[in-house]
Amino acid sequence: MSTQSNAMSESFQAQSVAPVAVPSSRAMYWSVRRELWENRSVYIAPLAVAGVALFAFSISAIAGIWERMLRIDPTQPRDVIAQPYDIAAGLMMLTGIVVSVFYCLDALHGERRDRSILFWKSLPVSDFTTVLAKLSIPFVFLPLLTFAITVAMQWIMLLLSSLILLVRGQSVVTLWMKLSFFRMSLLLLYHLLTAHALWPLPIYCWLLLVSGWARRATFLWAALPVVAIAGVEQIAFGTRHFAALVGSRLIGDAPSFVSTPAEVFPSGPMTHITPGSFLSSPGLWVGLVLAGVFLTAAVRLRRYQGPI
Amino acid sequence: MACIESRGLRKAFGTTIALDGIDLRVEEGHILGLIGPNGAGKTTALNAILGLTPYEGQLSVLGHDPWSERDQLMQDVCFIADITVLPRWARVSQLLEYVAGVHPRFDRAKAESFLAKTTIQRTSRVRELSKGMVTQLHLALIMAIDAKLLVLDEPTLGLDILYRKQFYDSLLNDYFDRKRTIVIATHQVEEIEHVLTDVIFVDRGRIIFNRSTEEVESRYLEVMVHPDKAAAANALKPMQERQVFGGSILLFEDVDRQQLATLGDVRTPSITDLFVAVIGKQPSRAQAVVQGVGR
Repeated sequence: MSTQSNAMSESFQAQSVAPVAVPSSRAMYWSVRRELWENRSVYIAPLAVAGVALFAFSISAIAGIWERMLRIDPTQPRDVIAQPYDIAAGLMMLTGIVVSVFYCLDALHGERRDRSILFWKSLPVSDFTTVLAKLSIPFVFLPLLTFAITVAMQWIMLLLSSLILLVRGQSVVTLWMKLSFFRMSLLLLYHLLTAHALWPLPIYCWLLLVSGWARRATFLWAALPVVAIAGVEQIAFGTRHFAALVGSRLIGDAPSFVSTPAEVFPSGPMTHITPGSFLSSPGLWVGLVLAGVFLTAAVRLRRYQGPI
Repeated sequence: MACIESRGLRKAFGTTIALDGIDLRVEEGHILGLIGPNGAGKTTALNAILGLTPYEGQLSVLGHDPWSERDQLMQDVCFIADITVLPRWARVSQLLEYVAGVHPRFDRAKAESFLAKTTIQRTSRVRELSKGMVTQLHLALIMAIDAKLLVLDEPTLGLDILYRKQFYDSLLNDYFDRKRTIVIATHQVEEIEHVLTDVIFVDRGRIIFNRSTEEVESRYLEVMVHPDKAAAANALKPMQERQVFGGSILLFEDVDRQQLATLGDVRTPSITDLFVAVIGKQPSRAQAVVQGVGR
């Protein structure tokens, strides 16, 4: 083969290999990684809370606080046995909500404040991809991380309890049978994806919109309209529907379970799970439409925004 | 195909007119210097070209409408808006990975070799780097991108003379290949004039001077006139006269070189002197100067 044809085939290869555009999934992947690089608190905070909670549980386990109930009466109902596990799950959910709120409030504000927005805008990543990557932190990443950490934590708790029961010469059968760990984990995942991802989505999109709009005091601008509407409602009509509505969205009080007031946490039996009624509730869809409106506005807004 | 083409480009912020009908054509492979006083509309014009701001009038960059087709445009355009814009929390290695991840035309090996010439550590965070190092890092990232158009807005602001010189040297030697188009807006004219192929002066949202550097060299001449030949020199209608130690320097447009040589030493004016002369000839600007003197 002559050198010329070699060179030609090489240049041809170079041409055919030369990438034209990065697929949007790749831009999305790197945008999410950027968020995790920038906001390490998103995973450090839940891990720290889990560590502290495990420490507290190990103290109670050594003192035998929760195991005492099993000792007194092995026919205890499941709720009592599962109590520390539910508290642990609840704590992680609460952490997830707090982290999500603060993350969203800073997401589109921080890059304008530190003037790096022009660097991000100098690269071929669309505003839509960027905003969507930011939304994926509270919408996908944090629920899944909360799930992983909670399951790991509950697993350690279960082993610790079992160990203490065995050391004291007691049976672990009641604990393992009644807790039904696998089912508990599945319910937790379902609860996180419905009540802590889909249900509060309009709240997170609203916070993103405010963080992209406000020049400063994002928390104030995000909370003020809510307080104002709730205040007007209460003075004019003497009701508190709006405050209750926002509150239920934020804490994840979604109609995804048939729940009696005592069963706030998702460890109840499988029969309580009602995806049908959740997916067909108008509240969910109204919320999702609203989330779409806020998200579109946030994407549009980023086009016009520069450093502040 | 022109790289940048605009007709009647306008932009107003409330009652302030930032761009007042810009007609511009920048061919591929040119290095254009956009020069003007503060508030002349340079940054607004660049923002319009980069699709960062909406505008009135016609504007086409690499065949795209920058505002409505920004996502496609950014595949081929790169810019440095200001030296301080790199995210302070980022590590050098993270920035390299990120740009390599999202930019189809980023050559990581090239960026690494630029960085190898500096003292920048891969593990450093941007906030730990000095101002000059941040610029070197930004430049290494940008120059490793095979873009068709590079836009630089005051890229060397706040840098010391050594870094400024290095910046333009590497821009010209390592980056410019005569196919790429570069637009530079700056105050520090004297550092870029040897780099440019075209010069545009902007004042209050309008283009008041638009020449290639070859034209500037052939059409504008500066003469150090002996005092005894002042009358003869003034008869040739100089654009501007300025007093220097031991005589005066007169700037002429379209006057024969041989003719001027009889008056004194002839040379090509610097862009800075030309800029001062052209800006000074602006009617309302001259008035402002007179008012300033009268006060």
